[in-house]
Amino acid sequence: MSAGDPLFWHRLQFAFTIVYHYLFPQLTMGLALLIVVMKAIGLRTRNPAWDDAARFWIRIFGINFAVGVVTGIPMEFQFGTNWARFAEVAGSVVGQTLAMEGVFAFFLESSFLGLLIFGEKRLGSRGHFLAALALFVGSWLSGYFIIASNAFMQSPTGHSLNVDGTLRLADFSEFVLNPWAIAAYLHTMTAAVVTASFVVAAVGAYYTLTGVHLDAARRFLRVGTTAGLISAILVAFPTGDRHAKLVARHQPAALAAMEGRFTSGPMAGITLIGQPNVAERRMDNPIEVPGILSFLAFGTFHSGVAGLDAFPESDWPDNIELLYYAFHVMAGLGTIFIAIMALSTFLAWRGRLMRTRGMLWVLMLAFPFPYIATTAGWMTAELGRQPWVVYGILRTKDAASPNVHAGTALFTLIGFAGLYFVLGLLFLFLVMREIAHGPKALHG
Amino acid sequence: MVELWYAIVALMLTTYVVLDGYDFGAGALHLFVAKTDAERRQVLAAIGPYWDGNEVWLLASGGALLVGFPKALAAGLSGYYLAIFLLLWTLIVRGISIELRSHVEAPLWRAFWDAAFFGASALLAILFGAALGNILRGVSIGPDGWFSLPLFTDFSGRPPVGILDKYTVLVAVFSLLALTAHGAAFLHWKTDGLVQLRARLSATVLFFVVAVLWPVVTYATHVVHPEFFSGFVSRPLAWIAAFVAVAGLSTACLSMLRGRELAAFLGSAAFLAGLLGATAAGLFPVLLRSVGDPRASLTAYDAANDEMGLRTALGWLAIGLPLALLYVAILFRIHRGKVVGATGRDGY
Repeated sequence: MSAGDPLFWHRLQFAFTIVYHYLFPQLTMGLALLIVVMKAIGLRTRNPAWDDAARFWIRIFGINFAVGVVTGIPMEFQFGTNWARFAEVAGSVVGQTLAMEGVFAFFLESSFLGLLIFGEKRLGSRGHFLAALALFVGSWLSGYFIIASNAFMQSPTGHSLNVDGTLRLADFSEFVLNPWAIAAYLHTMTAAVVTASFVVAAVGAYYTLTGVHLDAARRFLRVGTTAGLISAILVAFPTGDRHAKLVARHQPAALAAMEGRFTSGPMAGITLIGQPNVAERRMDNPIEVPGILSFLAFGTFHSGVAGLDAFPESDWPDNIELLYYAFHVMAGLGTIFIAIMALSTFLAWRGRLMRTRGMLWVLMLAFPFPYIATTAGWMTAELGRQPWVVYGILRTKDAASPNVHAGTALFTLIGFAGLYFVLGLLFLFLVMREIAHGPKALHG
Repeated sequence: MVELWYAIVALMLTTYVVLDGYDFGAGALHLFVAKTDAERRQVLAAIGPYWDGNEVWLLASGGALLVGFPKALAAGLSGYYLAIFLLLWTLIVRGISIELRSHVEAPLWRAFWDAAFFGASALLAILFGAALGNILRGVSIGPDGWFSLPLFTDFSGRPPVGILDKYTVLVAVFSLLALTAHGAAFLHWKTDGLVQLRARLSATVLFFVVAVLWPVVTYATHVVHPEFFSGFVSRPLAWIAAFVAVAGLSTACLSMLRGRELAAFLGSAAFLAGLLGATAAGLFPVLLRSVGDPRASLTAYDAANDEMGLRTALGWLAIGLPLALLYVAILFRIHRGKVVGATGRDGY
């Protein structure tokens, strides 16, 4: 791929706009659950401090949601503008879930968002809880429809092939309830809760270290660390493990590339550290634990695991190095998250977290890493799917719009870069203002 | 089934224009009907609960077009590549300006977002009008079914055509005026005080300008697309829709004069719906008209998903759309009545 090849710019633009977009919904989806939890505790205990805590996070949610919405609109349209052949071939199938997202999730979210943010007095505490619940249901439904669309691209089910090479829907429930979609959904949503937990805990740690809003800080730390520990464990096991087994079964070439395995064989190990050397077809400086990959992928240490040598080079993922590093960054960070959250939950349980400044510093500064982990996770999924856009059916090089020049795609990519840079500055400015203001009572 | 889906997509797009149209219109009038911060908050509070949901109709229509007519979405969006991104970026600026304005109280911050909201709203009304003009005029479709249109050529409206020519610019101006009138009627209904008074003045003038310009646009359409009206005669649906448009515009004009708020807004909605309905009925089954060789046109039958795909989507749409309408009804119920000026209500 070269600069004169439109495909390169189409891929880069989609990668850039989707990575940027997903920074926002992952917090929205995770935070929606935590807001429902805070509102529910407030409703049960009749302690207005929980409503104050929820209200603070609803303000952050609102800013985050707005940026998520406006950066999400171009995603849907890019299937037509940049990936017209993909839309033509697969639109009759993936169009189902993409359209269902709009009809079932976006209408629900957009209708009740205003009530959640501005309607607390008008609705009363029960009604306001219901508005929070509507946003939670809407955003988690939205997640499912998008993951189901992506799952069709990763591991197509419920379709059949027309004579002209386009796809048609054959079995709706097989398509919507794709096992890949269910596994990826649980993995993605628990990861979103990890992100939100780290963010909530980070603000709690910041307030504690600064010595302000200490009552709210204690609640943020309690919710953040508890939800953080549960979700960090669930992301790895069972959801991550389950997802990896599907990759092993349905995308063996992707698994080989993720682990940097060039040769097939039993007793396959996992590489903890090492650099894939694609030219020489070996790992440089590996530290390997033998047998673990065979066990994780197929349940016994002696199971054979295919290496890249089992596949023609034309079916290899086209950026093995990046895929390998993305996967290892995700898995490595996931492990560290469990350790951080386990330690802080333990300290909170002993009543010492608010006084352990070292741990608070770690919590305050750790919040960017879940974003890095989810981004690396999606890069693993999308790079592992290559060279296919619909796995085994449509190659990425055949999916782009035939009528868009490289320079045109580069132009819009630059436009997005500029617009999203400004958007990012505005977002940070507003969120930092909210954090500086802190939680307020309703009539304050 | 193909005919039904053509109608569904047309209806969803029409709903989008009628709903988001009034908040575009309110935006295009924002700087003129509202002068003080309290008045501007009043305008934003009037559309605040609805605009985001209104915009979802665009995404839902896009989704329906993708699942109903995948090839039409693929060819149309890629062919209008740069125009689509201009539209998307304008939607981003507009959405952000509504959301961010209330967060900071500094007058310069608010003045900036007010201007951005106005500019983006007006530009969107123009862009959607140009889009309608392009659908009516047609594009130069290549033998492989794809096309790529420059922003403009010589403005003559003859091949090779560009996105903007004298016809599509005329439709764009018409769209700006009609949607601004629609927004003025909405503000007249949902606000009080000076904002309402200024909205009433704007709406009254604009509806009469629209009524004068409409025959001109109709004649221009006949010039660029002569078969459109010859096909019209044999289609009762097109006649009914045209009648609804005439009745709607008359109602809007008369109700404005008499100060009947809701009737004027509903008349305006009927006008826009009738106009778009007549357009859809007149164009059927063509989705993308070819300006050179009529055989190269992309019809609903060429572009449609298969029977099974269309039936499945109809099934979930029959559950989902009533739910969406229910949410809108709940919203209008909760926010019934007028947005009274200077309430000092936070947000929007």
